[in-house]
Amino acid sequence: MGRIITCSTKYFTLCLGAALLAFIMGMAPAARAEEPIGLVKTSSGDVRIERGGQKLAAASGAKLYQSDQVLTGADGAAGMTFIDNSRLSLGANSVLALERFRFNTTTYEGEFVSSVKKGTLAAVSGKIAKQTPEAMQVRTPSAILGVRGTKFIVSVGN
Amino acid sequence: MKLQNLFCLGVMALTLSACASDMFVVLPHEDGSVGSVVVHQNGKDTVLDKANSAVKGGDSQAFTLASADVDQRFGRVLTQLPPAARSYTLYFKEGTAILEPASAPVMEDMRKDVAARTAGEIMVIGHTDRVGNLNNNDLLAYSRALSISDVLIESGIPRDTVIVAGRGEREPLVPTDDEVEEPRNRRVEISVR
Repeated sequence: MGRIITCSTKYFTLCLGAALLAFIMGMAPAARAEEPIGLVKTSSGDVRIERGGQKLAAASGAKLYQSDQVLTGADGAAGMTFIDNSRLSLGANSVLALERFRFNTTTYEGEFVSSVKKGTLAAVSGKIAKQTPEAMQVRTPSAILGVRGTKFIVSVGN
Repeated sequence: MKLQNLFCLGVMALTLSACASDMFVVLPHEDGSVGSVVVHQNGKDTVLDKANSAVKGGDSQAFTLASADVDQRFGRVLTQLPPAARSYTLYFKEGTAILEPASAPVMEDMRKDVAARTAGEIMVIGHTDRVGNLNNNDLLAYSRALSISDVLIESGIPRDTVIVAGRGEREPLVPTDDEVEEPRNRRVEISVR
């Protein structure tokens, strides 16, 4: 009898621990490399994701992770959304590096640093820039843009 | 590569400065409002805060780009922007995950919206009123959102398209002083994108 009680008490603690862990994990910023930061929504023509030296097809629904690069060819274009509700699209012959992304879904604090190596980017900032002006940055080979909640275009070498 | 681009790259390499063909433009939102962008170049800042205000690479003088030029240069990339996220607010019978009858049609609209989008996703965000401390409300908001996400997943929404978040008392629908009960702030928001 005593043994059964001890056992169920043990399970109760385990259960509580698991619930707490789920809570903490849910609350944690999604900066860990293994968690997706966004999704490819539209993809037409030649669109690829470069991740850890590998080039992957970027079809609609493909997950995006911190440190990914998105590349489009001469006929390529892509639309993406991120977990802070920011939206990006890339025109043809473009290279976009998703350098740093972190977003706390409770406080909305975070940062989103991307870099347009070449080509054309259209963007609408999301909750990160709304919570902390200029926490969203877009870099180019010669400029840094600090975003204070807006829709904008970055065009490099076109 | 066009000759002009080659020339441009040469200039960049020699002077470490920007190509004049680079361009940064701020556009109005769908509702007409305009935010701003600060462009830092060569130690100078240019603030773009009006509709279609633009600056060229290597320059710090803002100018206004004609709407026809925006369409001609950037029309294609702009059509690729995914549609904006949309929020739906649901209310539940106190202390349960049972929808208030008035929220049932909102739930239906939300389902149609997520189904109509390409690779649609939903974020379930729990909110509380300001009774209790910040940390407890974060936990409460998260657990409310979690129970609603379970209901959505059981009803057929794929698990990997659902993100659960607890915003606690940080974003009240109706502003109140601390420790004030307000049923309209005890809600679950579903953001579809």
